[in-house]
Amino acid sequence: MRILAILNTRFICAVLLLMPVFALLPAQAQNVTDIELFDQPNDDGSAVILTFDLEGDDLLELMPQMQVDGEWYNSETVPLTLAALDFKSSHPEIFSWGVEDGQEDLHPNHRFVVLSKYISVDEAGDQQVEDINPGLGEFAVRLLIDPDGAAIVHDAGTVQAVEQWFNTNMVFRLALAVVFALIIMSFILAARKNPNIFIRRIAGLEAVDEAIGRATEMGKPVMHINGLDSLATLSTVAAVNILGRIASKVATYESDLLVPCFDPVVMTVSQEVVKNAYLEAGRPDNYREDNIYFLTDQQFSYTASVCGIMLREKPAANFLLGYFYAESLLLAETGNTTGAIQIAGTDAQAQLPFFITTCDYTLIGEELYAASAYLSREPMLLGSLRGQDVAKAFVMLMIFIGTILSTFGNPWLTRLWTAL
Amino acid sequence: MMFLRKRLPIILAFITGMLLWLQFYIPSRMASNVLTSFTQSWAIILASSALFLGILSAVHHHWTKIKLHKKGYAYSYITLVSFAITFIAGMAWWIFPGFIAKNMANGSFFTWIFDNIFTPLAATMFSLLAFFIASAAFRAFRARSFEATALLIAGCIVMLGRVPIGELIPMPAFIGDDLSDVAGWIMNAPNSAAQRAIMIGVILSQVAISIRIIFGIERTYMGGSD
Repeated sequence: MRILAILNTRFICAVLLLMPVFALLPAQAQNVTDIELFDQPNDDGSAVILTFDLEGDDLLELMPQMQVDGEWYNSETVPLTLAALDFKSSHPEIFSWGVEDGQEDLHPNHRFVVLSKYISVDEAGDQQVEDINPGLGEFAVRLLIDPDGAAIVHDAGTVQAVEQWFNTNMVFRLALAVVFALIIMSFILAARKNPNIFIRRIAGLEAVDEAIGRATEMGKPVMHINGLDSLATLSTVAAVNILGRIASKVATYESDLLVPCFDPVVMTVSQEVVKNAYLEAGRPDNYREDNIYFLTDQQFSYTASVCGIMLREKPAANFLLGYFYAESLLLAETGNTTGAIQIAGTDAQAQLPFFITTCDYTLIGEELYAASAYLSREPMLLGSLRGQDVAKAFVMLMIFIGTILSTFGNPWLTRLWTAL
Repeated sequence: MMFLRKRLPIILAFITGMLLWLQFYIPSRMASNVLTSFTQSWAIILASSALFLGILSAVHHHWTKIKLHKKGYAYSYITLVSFAITFIAGMAWWIFPGFIAKNMANGSFFTWIFDNIFTPLAATMFSLLAFFIASAAFRAFRARSFEATALLIAGCIVMLGRVPIGELIPMPAFIGDDLSDVAGWIMNAPNSAAQRAIMIGVILSQVAISIRIIFGIERTYMGGSD
């Protein structure tokens, strides 16, 4: 027993002495299997994808390299560790929905790298970042494990970055756009035959006549603001459309219309729209170009200026339509203190509560876009509103079905509607 | 003349609208580079020309106010003088060599104007928002109807739930741990649902207005409806 105890003690001591030696032994090499290299789908030929399974020690670094004109260059990617790599399953836009939700943990080694740039070295020895492009032709790619150390090399093969002419991930979106367009167009055409289309009453738009009439009675001007975005924003286009309808009524009532503009392009278009509205109303002599003017394109300078105009001119009706930012409350509250009837409309969700609080009427989201059709009562425009409502009913049905399917664990419809 | 004023803009709107719509589905460089840069160049040229018109319009507007001694015309003096000084500082920097340079890091008078006059004035306007929000909140939270009362209660819960004290207010187990859970539910469930409903409506409306413009059904933005 004594011998055994001595041997045991010696064994433990030996193990303890050898422990630093074990630590110095090389770590288990990372093993890369199933390397695949292919062109990134649905892109403009600016990237290729390298996929692989990675097992073993996760502390070593990986460096993809590509061979261009006979020279091997590092990819622009910093040396990667296992933890920094994406799962294939979390990128359905590249790998589709092959792996079920939550199952990526069952395949922890399925990784990929998107290669879009490489670092070349010019004759002076300076490094330059170059883009991968279709002009490179076919080039080889390899994966280095531990590039600063043992550098185990895995050849991935060759690939050519090809630009695509159709994004297959967008088939469903294209189909939806076409279906919605067809629905809306069909109702526009139907409205030609049957112009009596019922559109629900929108209080804010019903009050337009009242507001302009009040301004006329008080002998004070009407102020219209087209929001603080350019004409590239659809809500600004909608606001300019409404301006045309309002200008027509203002011209009929022979009142004054002030349009201080934030964007010079919007100013130019607004001048043309108002001028034509006055012309169509038979009051071209009442049109004053000076009343539609550019103030500034700086947010708070514009706000200060418009607030000043509100306080000095005291318009009897303020139309705040279009896209607004933090200045919405400053404008609406100032207008409120002057006692003007205020009709606001925006699709900026963050500003809606401010308008609802301070304005007499607020057009919420889609009502802003419906306003032009509503005010004009043109059958074709009203038809598009009806088509829009049918499209909305379709979306509601999809949401209802999708909710039920998701509740029972079927993600098919959810995935179909997911933007990839 | 009628063709140039009415037909041509509709044709251009149709072609540009369709091309930009289709370009969304084409990842090729030709689509993104040629078409996008083409349209962006157009936009830049148009915006530059319009900016010139805008400056003329602003100067004319203030000049007219001064000439006619309209209400508040003194502000127009300030505007025009400020405009002239800033314009000269930006375009003819050699007129102010080293002016106030000792107080500035960047060294240009134009930057000095921006940093020391424009930015504080803009910040002052922005800071007024706090007081306006207070008065607007007071108006919105007056419990005059069922909706206003519901808004008041929801607002109070969210306000309290979003600050540390909200985590100290216990809730019955079937509701949650504390008031912050209730605030989180209000924001995540009814609030998000309403916001998404608005967004869906807005997006469908944008599709509809785009179709109306691309196919020339909506022409008000071109001036005139026929």
